[in-house]
Amino acid sequence: MAMTFEAPAVEQSDRGVTRAPRLSRYARPLLGLALPLTLALGWELVVWLGYSNGRLVPPPSRVLATILDLARSGELTRHIAATLWRVGLGFLLGVVAGTLLGAIAGYWSLARRLLDPTVQALRAIPSIAWVPLFILWLGIFETSKIALIAVGVFFPVYLGVMGAILIVDRKIVEVGRIFRLSGPAMIRRILLPAVLPAYVVSLRVGLGLGWMFVVAAEFMGASEGLGYLLIDGQQLGKPAQIVAAIVIFAILGKLTDWLIEVAKAPLLRWQDAFGREQGGA
Amino acid sequence: MLALERVSKTYPNGVEALARFSAAIRQGEIVAIIGGSGCGKSTLLRAIAGLDRASSGTVTLDNEAISSPHAKIGIIFQEPRLLPWLSVADNIGFGLADLPAGERREKVARALERVGLADKADAWPRELSGGQAQRVAIARALVPQPEVLLLDEPFSALDAFTRRDLQDHLLDLWADTRPTLILVTHDVDEAVVLADRVLVMRPRPGRLFDQIEINLARPRDRNSPLFDSFKRSVLTSLDRSLDRNVPDRDATQGPGQAMWW
Repeated sequence: MAMTFEAPAVEQSDRGVTRAPRLSRYARPLLGLALPLTLALGWELVVWLGYSNGRLVPPPSRVLATILDLARSGELTRHIAATLWRVGLGFLLGVVAGTLLGAIAGYWSLARRLLDPTVQALRAIPSIAWVPLFILWLGIFETSKIALIAVGVFFPVYLGVMGAILIVDRKIVEVGRIFRLSGPAMIRRILLPAVLPAYVVSLRVGLGLGWMFVVAAEFMGASEGLGYLLIDGQQLGKPAQIVAAIVIFAILGKLTDWLIEVAKAPLLRWQDAFGREQGGA
Repeated sequence: MLALERVSKTYPNGVEALARFSAAIRQGEIVAIIGGSGCGKSTLLRAIAGLDRASSGTVTLDNEAISSPHAKIGIIFQEPRLLPWLSVADNIGFGLADLPAGERREKVARALERVGLADKADAWPRELSGGQAQRVAIARALVPQPEVLLLDEPFSALDAFTRRDLQDHLLDLWADTRPTLILVTHDVDEAVVLADRVLVMRPRPGRLFDQIEINLARPRDRNSPLFDSFKRSVLTSLDRSLDRNVPDRDATQGPGQAMWW
Protein backbone atom coordinates (compact mmCIF):
# COMPACT_ATOMS: atom_id res chain seq x y z
CA MET A 1 0.00 0.00 0.00
CA ALA A 2 2.71 2.37 1.00
CA MET A 3 4.32 1.92 -2.38
CA THR A 4 1.22 2.91 -4.33
CA PHE A 5 0.83 6.03 -2.25
CA GLU A 6 4.40 7.06 -2.66
CA ALA A 7 4.66 6.52 -6.38
CA PRO A 8 2.78 9.63 -7.59
CA ALA A 9 4.60 11.83 -5.12
CA VAL A 10 7.98 10.74 -6.42
CA GLU A 11 6.89 11.26 -9.99
CA GLN A 12 5.68 14.74 -9.27
CA SER A 13 8.90 15.83 -7.59
CA ASP A 14 10.83 14.40 -10.53
CA ARG A 15 8.89 16.51 -12.94
CA GLY A 16 9.47 19.58 -10.81
CA VAL A 17 13.21 19.01 -10.88
CA THR A 18 13.41 18.76 -14.66
CA ARG A 19 11.24 21.80 -15.22
CA ALA A 20 13.20 24.25 -13.10
CA PRO A 21 16.50 24.18 -15.07
CA ARG A 22 14.66 24.36 -18.42
CA LEU A 23 13.03 27.60 -17.42
CA SER A 24 16.18 29.16 -16.04
CA ARG A 25 18.26 28.19 -19.09
CA TYR A 26 16.41 30.78 -21.14
CA ALA A 27 15.51 33.09 -18.32
CA ARG A 28 19.04 33.59 -17.00
CA PRO A 29 20.73 35.41 -19.94
CA LEU A 30 17.56 37.42 -20.54
CA LEU A 31 17.52 38.47 -16.91
CA GLY A 32 21.10 39.69 -17.24
CA LEU A 33 20.26 41.78 -20.31
CA ALA A 34 17.15 43.36 -18.86
CA LEU A 35 18.83 46.16 -16.92
CA PRO A 36 21.28 47.49 -19.57
CA LEU A 37 18.68 47.21 -22.34
CA THR A 38 16.08 49.09 -20.33
CA LEU A 39 18.55 51.87 -19.52
CA ALA A 40 19.70 52.12 -23.15
CA LEU A 41 16.19 52.19 -24.56
CA GLY A 42 15.13 54.66 -21.89
CA TRP A 43 17.91 57.08 -22.79
CA GLU A 44 17.24 56.67 -26.49
CA LEU A 45 13.63 57.59 -25.83
CA VAL A 46 14.58 60.60 -23.71
CA VAL A 47 16.77 62.00 -26.50
CA TRP A 48 14.25 61.12 -29.21
CA LEU A 49 11.50 62.92 -27.32
CA GLY A 50 13.77 65.94 -27.09
CA TYR A 51 14.16 66.09 -23.29
CA SER A 52 17.94 66.11 -23.84
CA ASN A 53 20.07 66.95 -26.82
CA GLY A 54 22.34 63.97 -26.06
CA ARG A 55 25.45 65.91 -26.95
CA LEU A 56 27.52 64.87 -23.90
CA VAL A 57 25.72 61.58 -23.33
CA PRO A 58 25.02 60.26 -26.82
CA PRO A 59 22.02 57.98 -27.29
CA PRO A 60 22.66 54.33 -28.20
CA SER A 61 21.76 54.87 -31.83
CA ARG A 62 24.52 57.47 -32.27
CA VAL A 63 27.07 55.21 -30.52
CA LEU A 64 26.06 52.37 -32.79
CA ALA A 65 26.41 54.61 -35.84
CA THR A 66 29.92 55.58 -34.71
CA ILE A 67 30.89 51.94 -34.29
CA LEU A 68 29.52 51.11 -37.75
CA ASP A 69 31.39 54.04 -39.26
CA LEU A 70 34.64 52.92 -37.68
CA ALA A 71 34.00 49.37 -38.80
CA ARG A 72 33.29 50.39 -42.38
CA SER A 73 36.53 52.33 -42.70
CA GLY A 74 38.53 49.41 -41.30
CA GLU A 75 39.69 51.60 -38.40
CA LEU A 76 37.84 49.52 -35.84
CA THR A 77 39.58 46.26 -36.73
CA ARG A 78 42.95 47.97 -36.58
CA HIS A 79 42.30 49.44 -33.12
CA ILE A 80 40.81 46.24 -31.72
CA ALA A 81 43.67 44.15 -33.13
CA ALA A 82 46.28 46.44 -31.58
CA THR A 83 44.64 46.34 -28.16
CA LEU A 84 43.95 42.59 -28.26
CA TRP A 85 47.54 41.91 -29.22
CA ARG A 86 48.86 43.96 -26.30
CA VAL A 87 46.49 42.41 -23.76
CA GLY A 88 47.08 38.92 -25.13
CA LEU A 89 50.85 39.06 -25.05
CA GLY A 90 51.01 40.90 -21.72
CA PHE A 91 48.53 38.47 -20.18
CA LEU A 92 50.51 35.48 -21.45
CA LEU A 93 53.81 36.78 -20.06
CA GLY A 94 52.23 37.75 -16.74
CA VAL A 95 50.49 34.40 -16.37
CA VAL A 96 53.59 32.37 -17.17
CA ALA A 97 55.78 34.33 -14.76
CA GLY A 98 53.10 34.46 -12.06
CA THR A 99 52.38 30.75 -12.28
CA LEU A 100 56.03 29.71 -12.21
CA LEU A 101 57.08 31.96 -9.36
CA GLY A 102 53.83 31.36 -7.48
CA ALA A 103 54.28 27.59 -7.69
CA ILE A 104 57.91 27.79 -6.62
CA ALA A 105 57.20 30.14 -3.73
CA GLY A 106 54.20 28.07 -2.70
CA TYR A 107 56.04 24.76 -2.71
CA TRP A 108 59.53 25.54 -1.37
CA SER A 109 59.42 27.42 1.88
CA LEU A 110 63.02 28.56 1.40
CA ALA A 111 62.12 30.12 -1.96
CA ARG A 112 59.09 31.72 -0.36
CA ARG A 113 61.18 33.31 2.38
CA LEU A 114 63.66 34.56 -0.18
CA LEU A 115 61.24 35.72 -2.82
CA ASP A 116 57.94 36.61 -1.28
CA PRO A 117 58.89 39.72 0.75
CA THR A 118 60.38 41.32 -2.34
CA VAL A 119 57.40 40.44 -4.51
CA GLN A 120 55.00 41.75 -1.88
CA ALA A 121 56.96 44.99 -1.64
CA LEU A 122 56.85 45.38 -5.43
CA ARG A 123 53.15 44.61 -5.35
CA ALA A 124 52.60 47.50 -2.98
CA ILE A 125 53.80 49.91 -5.69
CA PRO A 126 50.86 51.14 -7.78
CA SER A 127 51.69 49.58 -11.13
CA ILE A 128 51.08 52.81 -13.01
CA ALA A 129 54.07 54.21 -11.14
CA TRP A 130 56.25 52.02 -13.31
CA VAL A 131 55.17 53.77 -16.49
CA PRO A 132 57.86 56.50 -16.62
CA LEU A 133 60.58 53.99 -15.85
CA PHE A 134 59.32 51.48 -18.40
CA ILE A 135 59.24 54.19 -21.05
CA LEU A 136 62.82 55.15 -20.23
CA TRP A 137 63.95 51.56 -20.26
CA LEU A 138 61.87 50.03 -23.00
CA GLY A 139 60.91 52.94 -25.21
CA ILE A 140 57.54 54.51 -25.96
CA PHE A 141 56.36 51.75 -28.30
CA GLU A 142 54.98 48.26 -27.79
CA THR A 143 57.52 46.80 -25.35
CA SER A 144 56.82 49.17 -22.49
CA LYS A 145 53.06 48.76 -22.92
CA ILE A 146 53.22 44.98 -22.88
CA ALA A 147 55.56 45.05 -19.89
CA LEU A 148 53.10 47.19 -17.94
CA ILE A 149 50.22 44.83 -18.72
CA ALA A 150 52.35 41.81 -17.79
CA VAL A 151 53.19 43.40 -14.44
CA GLY A 152 49.51 44.02 -13.78
CA VAL A 153 48.61 40.41 -14.59
CA PHE A 154 51.57 38.92 -12.72
CA PHE A 155 50.61 39.87 -9.16
CA PRO A 156 47.12 38.39 -8.84
CA VAL A 157 48.27 35.21 -10.58
CA TYR A 158 51.37 34.89 -8.39
CA LEU A 159 49.40 35.56 -5.24
CA GLY A 160 46.56 33.25 -6.26
CA VAL A 161 48.82 30.30 -7.08
CA MET A 162 51.02 30.69 -4.02
CA GLY A 163 48.14 31.23 -1.60
CA ALA A 164 46.19 28.30 -3.00
CA ILE A 165 49.17 25.94 -2.80
CA LEU A 166 49.70 26.85 0.84
CA ILE A 167 46.19 25.75 1.74
CA VAL A 168 46.11 22.48 -0.24
CA ASP A 169 44.90 19.69 2.03
CA ARG A 170 47.87 18.07 3.79
CA LYS A 171 46.15 14.70 3.50
CA ILE A 172 46.21 14.85 -0.28
CA VAL A 173 49.85 15.96 -0.28
CA GLU A 174 50.70 12.93 1.86
CA VAL A 175 49.32 10.71 -0.86
CA GLY A 176 51.91 12.23 -3.16
CA ARG A 177 54.62 11.71 -0.56
CA ILE A 178 53.68 8.06 -0.10
CA PHE A 179 54.12 7.54 -3.84
CA ARG A 180 57.47 9.35 -3.58
CA LEU A 181 56.74 12.12 -6.07
CA SER A 182 59.65 14.45 -6.81
CA GLY A 183 59.18 18.18 -6.31
CA PRO A 184 58.15 18.97 -9.90
CA ALA A 185 55.93 15.87 -10.03
CA MET A 186 54.28 16.90 -6.77
CA ILE A 187 53.53 20.31 -8.25
CA ARG A 188 52.27 18.91 -11.54
CA ARG A 189 50.30 15.91 -10.30
CA ILE A 190 48.97 17.07 -6.93
CA LEU A 191 49.33 20.79 -6.27
CA LEU A 192 48.36 22.33 -9.61
CA PRO A 193 45.23 20.21 -10.07
CA ALA A 194 44.29 20.92 -6.45
CA VAL A 195 44.65 24.68 -6.93
CA LEU A 196 43.01 24.76 -10.37
CA PRO A 197 39.68 26.18 -9.15
CA ALA A 198 41.49 29.00 -7.33
CA TYR A 199 43.85 29.39 -10.30
CA VAL A 200 40.96 30.05 -12.65
CA VAL A 201 39.76 32.81 -10.36
CA SER A 202 43.19 34.44 -10.27
CA LEU A 203 43.42 34.19 -14.08
CA ARG A 204 40.13 36.05 -14.34
CA VAL A 205 41.28 38.71 -11.90
CA GLY A 206 44.56 38.95 -13.84
CA LEU A 207 42.74 39.33 -17.12
CA GLY A 208 40.59 42.08 -15.67
CA LEU A 209 43.71 43.92 -14.60
CA GLY A 210 45.21 43.30 -18.03
CA TRP A 211 42.29 45.17 -19.61
CA MET A 212 42.67 47.93 -17.07
CA PHE A 213 46.36 48.37 -17.75
CA VAL A 214 46.03 48.31 -21.51
CA VAL A 215 44.01 51.50 -21.25
CA ALA A 216 46.65 53.07 -19.02
CA ALA A 217 49.33 51.95 -21.45
CA GLU A 218 47.48 53.35 -24.46
CA PHE A 219 46.82 56.65 -22.70
CA MET A 220 50.54 57.32 -22.61
CA GLY A 221 51.04 57.80 -26.27
CA ALA A 222 49.68 55.34 -28.77
CA SER A 223 48.65 55.85 -32.37
CA GLU A 224 46.20 52.97 -32.37
CA GLY A 225 44.18 50.87 -29.98
CA LEU A 226 40.93 51.33 -28.12
CA GLY A 227 42.64 53.48 -25.49
CA TYR A 228 43.78 55.79 -28.29
CA LEU A 229 40.15 56.04 -29.44
CA LEU A 230 39.23 57.23 -25.94
CA ILE A 231 41.91 59.93 -25.87
CA ASP A 232 41.19 60.93 -29.44
CA GLY A 233 37.48 61.20 -28.62
CA GLN A 234 38.23 63.39 -25.65
CA GLN A 235 40.61 65.72 -27.49
CA LEU A 236 38.35 66.14 -30.51
CA GLY A 237 35.15 66.33 -28.46
CA LYS A 238 33.52 63.15 -29.77
CA PRO A 239 31.65 61.60 -26.82
CA ALA A 240 30.04 59.01 -29.09
CA GLN A 241 33.48 57.68 -29.98
CA ILE A 242 34.42 57.47 -26.29
CA VAL A 243 31.27 55.58 -25.43
CA ALA A 244 31.79 53.36 -28.47
CA ALA A 245 35.27 52.43 -27.26
CA ILE A 246 33.92 51.80 -23.75
CA VAL A 247 31.19 49.53 -25.11
CA ILE A 248 33.76 47.59 -27.14
CA PHE A 249 35.95 47.26 -24.04
CA ALA A 250 32.98 45.85 -22.17
CA ILE A 251 32.21 43.37 -24.94
CA LEU A 252 35.83 42.24 -25.35
CA GLY A 253 36.39 41.99 -21.58
CA LYS A 254 33.29 39.93 -21.08
CA LEU A 255 34.10 37.77 -24.09
CA THR A 256 37.66 36.95 -22.99
CA ASP A 257 36.46 36.29 -19.45
CA TRP A 258 33.85 33.95 -20.85
CA LEU A 259 36.57 32.16 -22.84
CA ILE A 260 38.36 31.33 -19.57
CA GLU A 261 35.06 30.10 -18.12
CA VAL A 262 34.48 27.86 -21.12
CA ALA A 263 38.06 26.59 -21.19
CA LYS A 264 38.03 25.64 -17.52
CA ALA A 265 34.70 23.78 -17.61
CA PRO A 266 36.04 20.44 -18.91
CA LEU A 267 38.99 20.64 -16.51
CA LEU A 268 36.83 21.12 -13.45
CA ARG A 269 34.15 18.55 -14.14
CA TRP A 270 35.38 16.56 -11.14
CA GLN A 271 34.40 19.27 -8.67
CA ASP A 272 31.89 18.47 -6.00
CA ALA A 273 31.01 22.05 -5.27
CA PHE A 274 28.11 24.24 -4.27
CA GLY A 275 28.18 26.16 -7.57
CA ARG A 276 27.79 22.98 -9.59
CA GLU A 277 24.49 22.07 -7.99
CA GLN A 278 23.17 25.48 -8.90
CA GLY A 279 23.94 24.74 -12.53
CA GLY A 280 26.63 27.42 -12.60
CA ALA A 281 28.84 28.21 -15.66
CA MET B 1 61.17 -8.77 7.84
CA LEU B 2 60.14 -5.46 9.32
CA ALA B 3 62.12 -4.62 12.44
CA LEU B 4 61.23 -1.82 14.83
CA GLU B 5 63.93 -1.12 17.35
CA ARG B 6 63.37 1.18 20.28
CA VAL B 7 61.34 3.56 18.15
CA SER B 8 60.56 6.75 20.08
CA LYS B 9 58.82 9.92 19.05
CA THR B 10 58.68 13.12 21.03
CA TYR B 11 56.81 15.97 19.40
CA PRO B 12 58.25 19.49 19.45
CA ASN B 13 55.71 20.47 22.13
CA GLY B 14 57.29 17.92 24.45
CA VAL B 15 54.58 15.25 24.21
CA GLU B 16 56.17 11.83 24.27
CA ALA B 17 53.93 9.96 21.86
CA LEU B 18 55.96 6.80 21.58
CA ALA B 19 58.62 5.37 23.83
CA ARG B 20 61.09 2.64 22.88
CA PHE B 21 58.74 0.50 20.83
CA SER B 22 60.32 -2.69 19.55
CA ALA B 23 58.80 -5.44 17.46
CA ALA B 24 59.79 -7.84 14.71
CA ILE B 25 57.18 -8.55 12.08
CA ARG B 26 57.55 -11.47 9.69
CA GLN B 27 56.98 -11.11 5.97
CA GLY B 28 53.35 -11.95 5.27
CA GLU B 29 52.23 -11.61 8.86
CA ILE B 30 49.07 -9.71 9.75
CA VAL B 31 49.52 -7.62 12.87
CA ALA B 32 46.84 -5.55 14.55
CA ILE B 33 47.84 -2.68 16.81
CA ILE B 34 45.25 -1.72 19.36
CA GLY B 35 45.21 0.58 22.35
CA GLY B 36 43.55 3.46 24.13
CA SER B 37 43.59 6.89 22.54
CA GLY B 38 46.90 8.69 22.72
CA CYS B 39 48.84 5.44 22.84
CA GLY B 40 50.87 6.37 19.77
CA LYS B 41 49.39 3.85 17.33
CA SER B 42 49.11 6.32 14.50
CA THR B 43 52.50 7.86 15.32
CA LEU B 44 54.02 4.41 15.02
CA LEU B 45 52.32 3.76 11.70
CA ARG B 46 53.45 7.09 10.30
CA ALA B 47 57.02 6.33 11.34
CA ILE B 48 56.90 2.99 9.53
CA ALA B 49 55.42 4.71 6.47
CA GLY B 50 58.28 7.20 6.51
CA LEU B 51 55.84 10.13 6.73
CA ASP B 52 57.24 11.21 10.10
CA ARG B 53 60.71 10.50 11.34
CA ALA B 54 61.22 8.83 14.71
CA SER B 55 63.06 10.91 17.31
CA SER B 56 65.23 7.91 18.06
CA GLY B 57 65.31 4.22 17.23
CA THR B 58 65.16 2.61 13.81
CA VAL B 59 62.66 1.11 11.44
CA THR B 60 64.24 -1.36 9.01
CA LEU B 61 62.69 -3.34 6.21
CA ASP B 62 64.89 -6.24 5.10
CA ASN B 63 67.86 -4.48 6.71
CA GLU B 64 67.14 -1.22 4.90
CA ALA B 65 66.53 1.76 7.18
CA ILE B 66 63.28 3.60 6.55
CA SER B 67 63.32 7.36 7.00
CA SER B 68 61.14 8.45 4.09
CA PRO B 69 58.35 6.79 2.09
CA HIS B 70 59.54 3.58 0.50
CA ALA B 71 58.42 1.78 -2.67
CA LYS B 72 57.82 -1.45 -0.77
CA ILE B 73 55.61 0.15 1.87
CA GLY B 74 52.06 1.22 1.10
CA ILE B 75 49.47 2.80 3.35
CA ILE B 76 45.71 3.06 3.53
CA PHE B 77 44.40 5.92 5.61
CA GLN B 78 41.27 6.31 7.62
CA GLU B 79 39.80 8.40 4.80
CA PRO B 80 40.09 7.19 1.20
CA ARG B 81 42.11 10.29 0.21
CA LEU B 82 41.33 9.82 -3.46
CA LEU B 83 42.40 12.61 -5.78
CA PRO B 84 39.09 14.20 -6.76
CA TRP B 85 40.32 15.32 -10.19
CA LEU B 86 41.25 11.81 -11.33
CA SER B 87 38.82 9.13 -12.43
CA VAL B 88 38.62 5.97 -10.34
CA ALA B 89 40.90 4.15 -12.79
CA ASP B 90 43.49 6.96 -12.76
CA ASN B 91 43.41 7.05 -8.97
CA ILE B 92 44.22 3.35 -8.83
CA GLY B 93 47.01 3.81 -11.36
CA PHE B 94 48.45 6.82 -9.53
CA GLY B 95 51.47 4.95 -8.21
CA LEU B 96 52.22 3.32 -11.55
CA ALA B 97 53.27 6.43 -13.45
CA ASP B 98 56.62 4.86 -14.36
CA LEU B 99 55.07 1.93 -16.19
CA PRO B 100 54.26 2.06 -19.90
CA ALA B 101 50.63 3.04 -20.49
CA GLY B 102 49.56 -0.37 -21.76
CA GLU B 103 50.89 -2.26 -18.78
CA ARG B 104 49.43 0.30 -16.40
CA ARG B 105 46.00 0.02 -17.97
CA GLU B 106 46.12 -3.73 -17.70
CA LYS B 107 47.09 -3.69 -14.01
CA VAL B 108 44.46 -1.10 -13.20
CA ALA B 109 41.79 -3.09 -15.02
CA ARG B 110 42.74 -6.20 -13.10
CA ALA B 111 42.66 -4.32 -9.78
CA LEU B 112 39.27 -2.80 -10.61
CA GLU B 113 37.96 -6.25 -11.37
CA ARG B 114 39.44 -7.57 -8.16
CA VAL B 115 37.75 -4.98 -5.94
CA GLY B 116 34.49 -5.34 -7.83
CA LEU B 117 34.40 -1.85 -9.29
CA ALA B 118 35.03 -2.60 -12.96
CA ASP B 119 31.91 -0.63 -13.92
CA LYS B 120 33.16 2.45 -12.03
CA ALA B 121 36.46 2.85 -13.91
CA ASP B 122 35.47 6.19 -15.43
CA ALA B 123 33.49 7.53 -12.47
CA TRP B 124 34.66 10.51 -10.41
CA PRO B 125 35.48 9.90 -6.76
CA ARG B 126 32.58 12.12 -5.73
CA GLU B 127 30.20 9.62 -7.30
CA LEU B 128 31.32 6.76 -5.02
CA SER B 129 29.88 5.64 -1.72
CA GLY B 130 32.16 5.56 1.33
CA GLY B 131 32.74 1.83 1.04
CA GLN B 132 33.45 2.01 -2.69
CA ALA B 133 35.89 4.88 -2.19
CA GLN B 134 37.78 2.93 0.46
CA ARG B 135 37.94 -0.06 -1.90
CA VAL B 136 39.51 2.19 -4.53
CA ALA B 137 42.02 3.33 -1.89
CA ILE B 138 42.83 -0.31 -1.13
CA ALA B 139 43.31 -1.05 -4.82
CA ARG B 140 45.53 2.02 -5.22
CA ALA B 141 47.74 0.88 -2.35
CA LEU B 142 47.91 -2.74 -3.50
CA VAL B 143 48.46 -2.27 -7.21
CA PRO B 144 52.21 -1.42 -6.89
CA GLN B 145 52.50 -4.71 -4.91
CA PRO B 146 54.01 -3.44 -1.66
CA GLU B 147 55.71 -5.86 0.69
CA VAL B 148 54.23 -4.06 3.66
CA LEU B 149 50.79 -2.52 3.73
CA LEU B 150 49.91 -0.21 6.61
CA LEU B 151 46.28 0.44 7.48
CA ASP B 152 45.34 3.31 9.77
CA GLU B 153 41.84 2.56 11.08
CA PRO B 154 40.79 1.98 7.49
CA PHE B 155 37.21 0.92 8.11
CA SER B 156 36.32 3.03 11.13
CA ALA B 157 34.25 5.51 9.16
CA LEU B 158 32.08 2.83 7.56
CA ASP B 159 28.86 1.24 8.75
CA ALA B 160 29.04 -2.17 10.42
CA PHE B 161 27.85 -4.12 7.42
CA THR B 162 30.22 -2.49 4.94
CA ARG B 163 33.06 -2.84 7.43
CA ARG B 164 32.58 -6.60 7.68
CA ASP B 165 32.36 -6.87 3.95
CA LEU B 166 35.61 -4.98 3.48
CA GLN B 167 37.43 -6.94 6.19
CA ASP B 168 36.66 -10.15 4.34
CA HIS B 169 37.58 -8.51 1.08
CA LEU B 170 40.91 -7.32 2.48
CA LEU B 171 41.82 -10.86 3.53
CA ASP B 172 40.87 -12.11 0.12
CA LEU B 173 43.13 -9.53 -1.54
CA TRP B 174 45.90 -10.21 0.96
CA ALA B 175 45.89 -13.88 -0.07
CA ASP B 176 46.92 -12.90 -3.63
CA THR B 177 50.43 -11.73 -2.82
CA ARG B 178 50.55 -12.06 0.98
CA PRO B 179 52.10 -8.74 1.92
CA THR B 180 52.74 -7.92 5.56
CA LEU B 181 49.72 -6.10 6.95
CA ILE B 182 49.98 -3.75 9.90
CA LEU B 183 46.58 -2.58 10.97
CA VAL B 184 45.87 0.11 13.53
CA THR B 185 42.36 -0.30 14.85
CA HIS B 186 39.93 0.60 17.61
CA ASP B 187 37.81 -2.41 16.93
CA VAL B 188 38.60 -5.58 18.90
CA ASP B 189 36.41 -7.61 16.59
CA GLU B 190 38.36 -6.39 13.58
CA ALA B 191 41.68 -7.19 15.23
CA VAL B 192 40.67 -10.75 16.03
CA VAL B 193 39.11 -11.37 12.61
CA LEU B 194 42.15 -10.22 10.69
CA ALA B 195 45.32 -10.56 12.72
CA ASP B 196 47.83 -13.31 13.38
CA ARG B 197 49.04 -11.28 16.31
CA VAL B 198 47.54 -8.39 18.26
CA LEU B 199 49.88 -5.85 19.80
CA VAL B 200 48.28 -4.01 22.70
CA MET B 201 49.74 -0.60 23.46
CA ARG B 202 49.48 1.50 26.58
CA PRO B 203 49.27 5.27 26.54
CA ARG B 204 51.31 8.18 27.95
CA PRO B 205 53.90 7.53 26.73
CA GLY B 206 52.86 5.07 24.04
CA ARG B 207 54.61 1.73 24.39
CA LEU B 208 54.06 -1.93 23.81
CA PHE B 209 52.06 -3.52 26.61
CA ASP B 210 51.12 -7.01 25.51
CA GLN B 211 51.04 -9.35 22.53
CA ILE B 212 48.36 -11.89 21.83
CA GLU B 213 48.80 -14.54 19.16
CA ILE B 214 45.53 -15.38 17.46
CA ASN B 215 45.91 -19.02 16.58
CA LEU B 216 42.74 -19.38 14.59
CA ALA B 217 42.50 -20.94 11.17
CA ARG B 218 41.08 -18.79 8.36
CA PRO B 219 38.36 -18.22 7.40
CA ARG B 220 37.42 -17.34 10.95
CA ASP B 221 33.95 -17.79 12.32
CA ARG B 222 32.99 -14.65 14.21
CA ASN B 223 30.44 -16.58 16.22
CA SER B 224 32.61 -19.45 17.44
CA PRO B 225 33.38 -19.73 21.17
CA LEU B 226 37.09 -19.74 20.41
CA PHE B 227 36.77 -16.43 18.55
CA ASP B 228 34.95 -15.06 21.57
CA SER B 229 37.62 -16.17 23.97
CA PHE B 230 40.32 -14.45 21.89
CA LYS B 231 38.23 -11.32 21.87
CA ARG B 232 37.90 -11.53 25.63
CA SER B 233 41.62 -11.89 26.17
CA VAL B 234 42.30 -8.85 23.96
CA LEU B 235 39.71 -6.85 25.91
CA THR B 236 41.19 -7.94 29.23
CA SER B 237 44.63 -6.94 28.10
CA LEU B 238 43.27 -3.57 26.97
CA ASP B 239 41.67 -2.95 30.32
CA ARG B 240 44.92 -3.80 32.06
CA SER B 241 46.82 -1.50 29.73
CA LEU B 242 44.64 1.33 31.01
CA ASP B 243 45.27 0.29 34.62
CA ARG B 244 41.71 -0.64 35.17
CA ASN B 245 41.15 -3.16 37.86
CA VAL B 246 38.85 -5.72 36.38
CA PRO B 247 39.38 -8.93 38.23
CA ASP B 248 36.41 -10.76 36.84
CA ARG B 249 36.03 -10.07 33.18
CA ASP B 250 32.83 -12.09 32.78
CA ALA B 251 31.06 -10.21 35.54
CA THR B 252 31.36 -6.91 33.71
CA GLN B 253 30.23 -8.15 30.34
CA GLY B 254 27.70 -5.75 29.04
CA PRO B 255 27.43 -2.82 26.72
CA GLY B 256 30.23 -1.18 28.68
CA GLN B 257 32.86 -3.55 27.38
CA ALA B 258 33.06 -1.85 24.06
CA MET B 259 33.61 1.51 25.71
CA TRP B 260 37.18 0.99 26.76
CA TRP B 261 38.50 3.89 24.75
